[in-house]
Amino acid sequence: MAIVINGTEYPLPDDPRVSLLDLLREQLQLTGTKLGCNQGGCGACTVIVDGARVLSCLTLAVQADGREVRTIEGMVAADGGLHPLQQAFIEHDGFQCGYCTPGQICSAIAMVAEYRRGDPSYVTADLAEGPKGTTRQEIRERMSGNLCRCGAHNGIVDAIEELLAGEAP
Amino acid sequence: MRSFDYHCATNPAEALSIAGAAPARYLGGGTNLVDLMRQNIEAPAALVDVSRLPAVIEETPNGGLLIGAAVRNNVVAAHPSVRTRYPVLSRALLAGASAQIRNMATVGGNILQRTRCAYFYDAAGSHCNKREPGSGCDAIGGFNRYHAIFGASEHCIATHPSDMCVALAALDAVVHVKGPGGERDVPLLDLHRLPGDRPDIETVLQPGELITGVALSPSAAAAHSAYRKVRDRSSYAFALISVAAGLEVVDGRIADIRIALGGVAAKPWRALRAEEMLLGTDPAKERFLAALDAELAAAKTFDGNAFKVELAKRTVAAVLCELAGVNP
Repeated sequence: MAIVINGTEYPLPDDPRVSLLDLLREQLQLTGTKLGCNQGGCGACTVIVDGARVLSCLTLAVQADGREVRTIEGMVAADGGLHPLQQAFIEHDGFQCGYCTPGQICSAIAMVAEYRRGDPSYVTADLAEGPKGTTRQEIRERMSGNLCRCGAHNGIVDAIEELLAGEAP
Repeated sequence: MRSFDYHCATNPAEALSIAGAAPARYLGGGTNLVDLMRQNIEAPAALVDVSRLPAVIEETPNGGLLIGAAVRNNVVAAHPSVRTRYPVLSRALLAGASAQIRNMATVGGNILQRTRCAYFYDAAGSHCNKREPGSGCDAIGGFNRYHAIFGASEHCIATHPSDMCVALAALDAVVHVKGPGGERDVPLLDLHRLPGDRPDIETVLQPGELITGVALSPSAAAAHSAYRKVRDRSSYAFALISVAAGLEVVDGRIADIRIALGGVAAKPWRALRAEEMLLGTDPAKERFLAALDAELAAAKTFDGNAFKVELAKRTVAAVLCELAGVNP
């Protein structure tokens, strides 16, 4: 039993009660991922498992057996610099205290992939066709699982809008 | 969280056999059960992880779909056949929770999720007959904005929180179940129980029974369907009222109509009386409102949720007008 986190393989905990979040933070000292509500309400603990954004606080670590996990520590660019979205968060004031930011970044990176493969959201007018263009309403709906209590949501949406506009596949 | 044994099942037979050996709960995405275990509201001796059972959506011989219980909510919502032939289901799923939770939650787990009644969750400070039978219900006479207007009892007024199930109720979905005694099919509408004097017993499933899939039949009303959710914030919140509806109009008359309500009962509430009144009539807003008046005459409200009657009426009428293409 093992999981791969940011390209490195780690053994799974013996105690099945350990959440993926606690494994990251308490056992592996990967403290970039944040503990917020610990009950699936805030999105601060968002990580990407096999390409899908999930809440690490509600994931039992044993359930991630054999999976590939990406955390904020794994978002660094090949040259060691910031991910383009991290840079965009800085430029658009996408945070104040920064506590929700790792979850916002992980969530948004996976969201961009969902958007590009045409997944609909609740506000997508035509479900069959999928989203058209990149509207702020779509971004806000798709990011509603990540709360920012500093109120930086407008800057966050700006940063994601820039990422979506910038590097089309 | 109390300690438990964890087993990961690779096929339904294995899941049944492990669950039969020890008092166990089946584990899907864990988005509800893990939270309840952390609060010590659920304390199973063992978890049988069924989230890795085959997760496929397949065409059925009658032209419908069979959705595996382990399919994640977001995968169902984004599936091309669901989006075109059952848009109400896709939209309902997308109305639920957040993207992260939809990526985790399974179809089986969504059906079996438990109420979000705050008194049920408040183990330290509140009485709840669902959590502790016989202890009382603090929601009655308490903060009951989110609570039931249909089918409640003096013992419990909690609602079922699922959006997906409201769509499945409108679609006459059939739940496939495997258990120690064999396989059976349960209509989604018959799966959840009303509270009566045992609000802790929420479904007709027997111990050890496992949901393996959900079957959808094809229909014109399913293909022409919609879901609308009214809530206290515009996303990532449970429903005050939600409406799943499908409509088929032939030669100016309603040939098929499905109306289901969420946020109003301990189960998805099918508005059969309103459907019956509207079948065969020509669609018009006044008729929709009159049928809903008849349906909602049976509502029993509390201080905090009396607004739901008017809200349900107007929301259903708006959705039906949209589907019928008549002036709202």
